[in-house]
Amino acid sequence: MADLATATRKAALTARGGFTDVILTPAPAASRLSLRAGTDALAGLSAALGVTLPSRPKTSASSGKRHALWLGPDEWLVIDESEADLMAASATSGTLHSAVDVSHRNVAVIVSGPGAEVAINSGCPQDLSLAIFPVGACSRTILGKVEIVLLRIAEDTFRVECWRSFSPYVFGMLSEGAADAGH
Amino acid sequence: MLLIYCPYCEEERSELEFRGAGDAHIARPDNIADITDEEFEEYFFLRQNPKGLIFERWRHIHGCGRFFNAARDTVSDRFYTTYKAGEPKPDVAAILNGERDKGAAR
Repeated sequence: MADLATATRKAALTARGGFTDVILTPAPAASRLSLRAGTDALAGLSAALGVTLPSRPKTSASSGKRHALWLGPDEWLVIDESEADLMAASATSGTLHSAVDVSHRNVAVIVSGPGAEVAINSGCPQDLSLAIFPVGACSRTILGKVEIVLLRIAEDTFRVECWRSFSPYVFGMLSEGAADAGH
Repeated sequence: MLLIYCPYCEEERSELEFRGAGDAHIARPDNIADITDEEFEEYFFLRQNPKGLIFERWRHIHGCGRFFNAARDTVSDRFYTTYKAGEPKPDVAAILNGERDKGAAR
């Protein structure tokens, strides 16, 4: 007879403690811009923001503490970790575009460590292997029930952006994933 | 879990990121104020609901946010092809023949 698989019994509060393979850190405050523009505005906006807006799917561009993430063919999320005024910067571009300040709409969790991929994949269906999702790759996707924006900032480090009211859920999901990553 | 190819992200993504959005290639009449109630009903409400190949709109709502069109089999749930919104409807015979050839090769 085939051996029966036995699940490891996990205490209810396991996910509240420390994990061996994953470190979850709430990211410090940052300013964020939800940016939409046509191709003819790209050059002007890139110059005004000081970072080249990427035009390929799943790619991002960084310049110092400022990152521009491709979300869609005419949509970007610009993040500035030094809390610079992105609205003012984009307003000087002289191009037709839509910019919405979403600094306080989003919060981010930094997921790092050798188990980071596994922790995120516990609720996210995307292939996060290095060949498919290299450093600098970014994508809007889902984690469990909520929408997130993923950015790989190092081989074993991801930035997970989510809406602030969803953040306890996201942190909880990632904690459960992190607890499982050690097994 | 189905993998659906998004023509904008140029990649297969999980079905969880997508939302269906009804039949594709339904043109709104130019003279919408002049048409009769029956014609409006035909345009607005009545759909074929075929068994087999169907052309549908899908939205990559938890990804790039874009609408695109797909040719799907309603029986097997298989996606034959996906293409960007605004692109012409692919040839039905070519899609089905391509499938038959693939079947024969197997």
